[in-house]
Amino acid sequence: MTGRRADGCRRPSVGFAGVALLVLRKDLAIEARTREILFTTLFFAVACVLVFSFAFVREGRALEDAAAGILWIAIAFSGTLALGRTFERERYGDTVKALLLAPAPRAAIYVGKLLGIVLLLAVAEALLVPLVSLLFSAPLFARPAALVALLASGTIGFSAVGTLFAAMLLRARTRDVLLPILLYPITVPVLIAGVRGTSALTASPPDMPTATMWVMLLVFFDVVFVTLALWTFEPVMTE
Amino acid sequence: MRKAFPLLVAATGAMFAAAPALIARAPYESTMGLVQKIFYFHVPSWFAMFVAIGVCGAASLAYLVRGRPEADRLAASSAELAVLFGLMGLVTGPLWGRKAWGVWWQWDAKLTIAFLLEMTFIAYLLVRKYGGPGSDRLAAVVGLFGLAVTPFVYEAVNIWRTIHPKTSVVPTLPAAMGVPFWFCVAAYLLLYLVLLTLRLELGRREAALDALYLEEG
Amino acid sequence: MPCISRKADVVKRLLALASLVVPGASRLLAQAPAGQSEFVPANTLPPADQLPAAPLLVAAYAFVWLAVLFYVWTIWRRLNKVEGEMRALEHRSKAS
Repeated sequence: MTGRRADGCRRPSVGFAGVALLVLRKDLAIEARTREILFTTLFFAVACVLVFSFAFVREGRALEDAAAGILWIAIAFSGTLALGRTFERERYGDTVKALLLAPAPRAAIYVGKLLGIVLLLAVAEALLVPLVSLLFSAPLFARPAALVALLASGTIGFSAVGTLFAAMLLRARTRDVLLPILLYPITVPVLIAGVRGTSALTASPPDMPTATMWVMLLVFFDVVFVTLALWTFEPVMTE
Repeated sequence: MRKAFPLLVAATGAMFAAAPALIARAPYESTMGLVQKIFYFHVPSWFAMFVAIGVCGAASLAYLVRGRPEADRLAASSAELAVLFGLMGLVTGPLWGRKAWGVWWQWDAKLTIAFLLEMTFIAYLLVRKYGGPGSDRLAAVVGLFGLAVTPFVYEAVNIWRTIHPKTSVVPTLPAAMGVPFWFCVAAYLLLYLVLLTLRLELGRREAALDALYLEEG
Repeated sequence: MPCISRKADVVKRLLALASLVVPGASRLLAQAPAGQSEFVPANTLPPADQLPAAPLLVAAYAFVWLAVLFYVWTIWRRLNKVEGEMRALEHRSKAS
C-alpha cells in the first residue's frame, strides 16, 4: 500500500505485515503495563481445570481420556473470555473507529489481533499442559513435537474464527452471550480434533497415525477459515 | 414462481397424501419391522435441511459480496427452514432409535452432525433477532461460516464415531424401498419450496413496511 | 400474486392439505399387521425392551405434520402483524 502525496513524493509503504505487527505491538504494549487480561485468563483456565476435575475424577483417578477433554475445554472457555475482554478494551478506549479509519488494509488489523490472541492462548497452554499432565497423570509429553503441532493448529483455528466473531460483535448489545453462542458450534470440529488427537498422543503406546491425521484436519481447517475470515473482515466491519 | 405457487402447493399436498400409501406398501425391513418406516420421513428431512443450509450459505455469501436485500431475505428464510427440517430429523431420529437401539441417543454420527448444524443455524436466528443494528451482516457471516464448516463437522464426527463403531441405522436400500424413499425426498423438497415461498413473501412485506416507516420519517 | 394475504385462503389451504393426508395416514396404520408390537430380535444389538413400535411411528409422523403446521401458523401470524401495521400507517398518513 503505497501512497502518493499531493506533491508526487512517494511515501514509504508499511505493508500488510507491517500493519499487523504494529497492531500486535500496540496490544502487547498495553497489556504489558497491567497484565490484566493475561493473569485473569491464566487463573480462569486453572479454575476451569479444577472445576472439571470434580466431574471427572473418581476415587483419586481421572476417567480415561479426561485429561485431553479437560485441557481443550479449558482452552476454549478461557479463549472465549480473553477474546471478549481484548475487544472490550478496544471498545472502551473507542479505538475501533481510529483503527478502521487508519489507511491500513483492514485484513491486516485482523491478523494483528489474531496474533495477539494466539500468543495469549499459547502462554495459557504453556501453563495448562504441565498442570493437566501433573494432575491427571497423563503422559502429555510423550511426543512433544506432535503435541505442539496439535495445540498450535487447534489454537489458530479456534482463534481465527473467534477473532472475527468478536470483532464483528463489537457493536452488538448482547455481544457477551452471542460470542460463545456463535463460536462453539462453528469450532466444534477443532475441539473434536484437538481432544481426539491429544487422546491419541496420551495412549500407550502413542497412536501417531491418528494424531497426525487430526493435525492435518486442523491445518486444513486453519487454511480455510483464516482465508474466509480475512476475506469477510472488511465487508462485515464496514457499516 | 408466483403464478406457479398454487400448482406447487397442490403438487406438494398430493405427494404428501400419496406418501403414506406408498410407504405402507413398501416391504418391511427384517430386523426393525414397522418402526423402520420412520426412515421415509426421517432421511428426507436431512435432504431438505442440507438444501436449506446450502441456500442459506450461498445467499449469505451473495449478501456479503453484493449487499442486495433479496439475498438477505433468502438467507434468513432458508435458515428458518434449515432449523425446521433439522428439528424434524432430530425428533424422528431418536423416536426411531428408541426402538431400534434401545436408547434415545447414542451419539450416532449422522444425528450428531445434524445436532451441531442445527445449533449453528439456531445461532444464526438468535443473531438476527438479538444482534441489534447491523445484525443482517453478522448473521450473513454466521450463515456463510455455517456452510463452510459443514464438511469439517462431517469429517470430524464421522472419524470420531467410526473409531468406536456402532451399527448404523440406515440400511442399504433395496429397489422396492427406493421408490417410496425418493418419492418422499421429492415431496420434502417441494415442501421446502412451498414454505420458502411463503416465508419470502413475509420478508418482502416486512421490507415494504420498513420502507414506509422510513418514508414517514 | 399468491393470495396468501387473505387469511381465509391460508386456512382453506391448510384444511385441504390435511383432508388429503388423513385418509392416507389411516390406511397406513390399518395396514400394520397384528403382533408387530413385539420387537423381532434378529440382530446383534442388545435386546431392547418389549416396545410397541406403532406409537413411536405415529409420534414421528405426527410431529412432522405438527411442525409444518406450526411453522405455517407462525408465518401467518407475522404476516397479520405486518399487515396490521401497514394499515395503521395508511390511516395515520391519511389522517394527517
